[in-house]
Amino acid sequence: MTYLLKPKLHHPSLAPNALGYTRRDYEGAISTMCAGCGHDSISAALIQTCYELDMEPHRVAKLSGIGCSSKSPDYFLGNSHGFNTVHGRMPSVLTGANLANRDLLYLGISGDGDSASIGLGQFAHAMRRGVQMVYVVENNGVYGLTKGQFSATADKGSKSKGGVVNEDSAIDLCALALQMGATFVARSFSGDKGQLVPLLKAAFTHGGTAFIDVLSPCVTFNNHAGSTKSYDFVREHNDALNRLDIFFGKDEIVADYAPGSVTDVRQHDGSILRLHKLHDSYTPTDRIHAMRYLEERKALGQIVTGLLYMDATPNTLHDNLNTVEGALGILGDKALCPGQGNLDKINASLR
Amino acid sequence: MNPTDTRNPDYFHKVVDCQWACPAHTPVPEYIRLIAAGRYDDAYMVNWKSNVFPGILGRVCDRPCEPACRRGRVEEQPVAICRLKRVAADHKSDIKSRLPAPVAQKNGKRIACIGGGPASLTVARDLLPLGYDVAIYDGADRAGGMIRSQIPKFRLPEAVIDEEVDYILEMGATRRFNTWVSSLKDILAEGYDAVFVGTGAPRGREANLPGRKEAGAHIHIGIDWLSNVAFGHIEKIASRVIVLGGGNTAMDCCRTAKRLGGSDVKVVVRSGYDEMKASPWEREDAQHEGVEIINFMVPKEFRHDAGRLIGVVFEKVKAEYDANGRRNLVPTGEPDQLLECDAVLVAIGQENAFPWIERDLGIAFDKWDMPVLDQVTLQSTAPRVFFGGDAALGPKNIITAVAQAHDAAVSIDLFCQGRDVRQRPAPHTNLASQKMGIHEWSYSNPVTLDLRHKVPTLDVAKALKSPKSEFELGFDLKLAYAEAERCFNCDVQTVFSSKLCIECDGCVDICPVDCITFTDNGEETELRTRLKAPAENMGQALFVSETLQTGRVAVKDEDVCLHCGLCAERCPTGAWDMQKFLLEMSHAGQS
Repeated sequence: MTYLLKPKLHHPSLAPNALGYTRRDYEGAISTMCAGCGHDSISAALIQTCYELDMEPHRVAKLSGIGCSSKSPDYFLGNSHGFNTVHGRMPSVLTGANLANRDLLYLGISGDGDSASIGLGQFAHAMRRGVQMVYVVENNGVYGLTKGQFSATADKGSKSKGGVVNEDSAIDLCALALQMGATFVARSFSGDKGQLVPLLKAAFTHGGTAFIDVLSPCVTFNNHAGSTKSYDFVREHNDALNRLDIFFGKDEIVADYAPGSVTDVRQHDGSILRLHKLHDSYTPTDRIHAMRYLEERKALGQIVTGLLYMDATPNTLHDNLNTVEGALGILGDKALCPGQGNLDKINASLR
Repeated sequence: MNPTDTRNPDYFHKVVDCQWACPAHTPVPEYIRLIAAGRYDDAYMVNWKSNVFPGILGRVCDRPCEPACRRGRVEEQPVAICRLKRVAADHKSDIKSRLPAPVAQKNGKRIACIGGGPASLTVARDLLPLGYDVAIYDGADRAGGMIRSQIPKFRLPEAVIDEEVDYILEMGATRRFNTWVSSLKDILAEGYDAVFVGTGAPRGREANLPGRKEAGAHIHIGIDWLSNVAFGHIEKIASRVIVLGGGNTAMDCCRTAKRLGGSDVKVVVRSGYDEMKASPWEREDAQHEGVEIINFMVPKEFRHDAGRLIGVVFEKVKAEYDANGRRNLVPTGEPDQLLECDAVLVAIGQENAFPWIERDLGIAFDKWDMPVLDQVTLQSTAPRVFFGGDAALGPKNIITAVAQAHDAAVSIDLFCQGRDVRQRPAPHTNLASQKMGIHEWSYSNPVTLDLRHKVPTLDVAKALKSPKSEFELGFDLKLAYAEAERCFNCDVQTVFSSKLCIECDGCVDICPVDCITFTDNGEETELRTRLKAPAENMGQALFVSETLQTGRVAVKDEDVCLHCGLCAERCPTGAWDMQKFLLEMSHAGQS
């Protein structure tokens, strides 16, 4: 937690992006998280991502629920839209906002309590409906705001700070997202921005439901020996599948990797995801393979990170509902009131 | 890279750019904080201990600290360090009780200081409290040297000189004023245990051009003319004046001429404007007062009509750079230009002059007729003769003279005590955490965005009519506080303990100037390219931690660190801590 405002002065070499904004322009209010909280690193990764993607701040909407994670949207993208919803209800509010205005980029920020406990139902339905969004869970395995009780993502057998062993099974949000039909599923670690930033960039350009489970150690209640969500544990058990680069139309793609170790995936917007495979057998476009692999590795006590699965041509809620182009709020009278002739036609079709 | 050894005092000292740049290594941020706290007496004493003349230097110092100031690297203008020093001097109360009292019990050693300028006075101040008997010789009736004779009163009032010179004289110096020393042999014959030569660079360089002799009545050597003005021998100058030279003496000459009746005053310089030796602020002050500066003109001849000066003929030149980047001034081929004038002031440099030192005393002189000295101890080849100030290593500035005099005083003390002059006392250092509470530090760490505050001055028209009125009025306390808050407190160091770090990235994310990176170690030149922000300022060090748990190292580029302490506030384990590094140079008698 910091009381001092971050000085506006910056490094002389800080460069503006295509829009003329520097990375510092994507920052928000000063964070009130505990010092060393993984959530702050995720905020920094989001700032870096939005800066590098030349995102217009006014075209981003950040929605969140309740919890440490859910207050973090205050600490980045200070010039974007924000909505702090009821506990666990971020997915439905975001779905509604998305239906009303499909022109914004939607970023849902949630935590393991918000998404895996009180909001589990909301989470599952948002995944299966194909709501176009980037859904980030800042996953620390504890209820930090209520002094560190186990959350639903805490691993069976892990120890609380007070020495209590968790006897309940853990919910694996990635596995659930895969099962529910999310079209982009990844897991990462707040302490590895080299992995997290490219994943976020890919998620923002994915065009469907992109879910990223980010392990984010709670320095205050869940960073001790016996925890499976501590900095040390995650680093020791991290089984990274791949490293990601993302290329846009004008970028030059330099192929300097041994054949077979690289897979290129073209996304719907023409951008190319280049995966440097760290596991030769892993194919991130095969959902069933992904689900099986997750379970196998979990049984070995490993934490699989990287891009788990993606569908390069995702279907979205708007596609399924065949909704009108553009935001509803700016539809003109003519579109909203198509006239007696059209009404008669519709009525006739229903007779 | 190897892990940085921060136990070497030079590492943290170098981070305090202003203190590192100051020849006397004055703890600048320390006294600026005291000024902000309203503790002007304490701020003055920190200065007095280190640079002896805070009131004088707060007005006329060459300020090597300011171009070094870290704020100048993230903003346009550095902190007005020099003028803050003046604030301490202007607003202090009577500090006499805090100065060393005359020593009753003398140690029996007698020292002669030749020349009563800043170097000799500094030696006297360092040695008198130790019990030495110090005699100061000067040809004038008062001590002060060039501070008194060459610096115009509108920049440095007499009262300020008197005050700070008297602090030293009243410590029990023996005054040998009105005594022109014309033989060092005679002085040595008086049986002094050591002699300190602080006679400055008293001779103004001559412009030997055609017409110099014939029109001589209208052509003056700058420093001599300034000295005549200072002592009241000259009160007027003709209306059209040309000043030759581009240094600070030239600026003093032109501004003085403006005040003594010169209505059309031109400074004509061989070099370009940017290469002029005069400090930028002195150039600006002169131009502000209506002085015209003309560049790339080399004087060829003093044109006269039977001794009546008509003007100066100049050749026009341009700068050309050879393959080695060396500048040559070559004629442009344009016709020479005559600038008409009634008087010329020649301020093209100063020289040392030692006609009074007999060459059979065992003091070796080099081919430039400068004494051969040990660069550290400032001892000459005659063991009991020491040099300091402009007399030692050529003309520089007051603060360099003070620093050298401190060094010479250390040598003289060691020499008189029969000890090895090469065994110098190390500086005193202290490193103490500034943490007071979870979010409290015992220094003001919010970084202000204020731009440099201007020092209030007299109205120019009024100032020109009143040659003795000080032109700069100094900061008032409100401005002083605002300017003091611009200081980053670079002496409050970011101290890192590798063992405590859990590599959470909290510091990397919060650092406003991207100076921290966790990465794989490497060679310095290569490592500098892959930091969060490129470390291109090679003059600034990289801090490299021990190898951390993940095999990486923490690297901090010192270049533009704001010392805001956010890294330490964001650190969950206290691996970063803000610790104040205080370095004080050891003076004579300290070990």
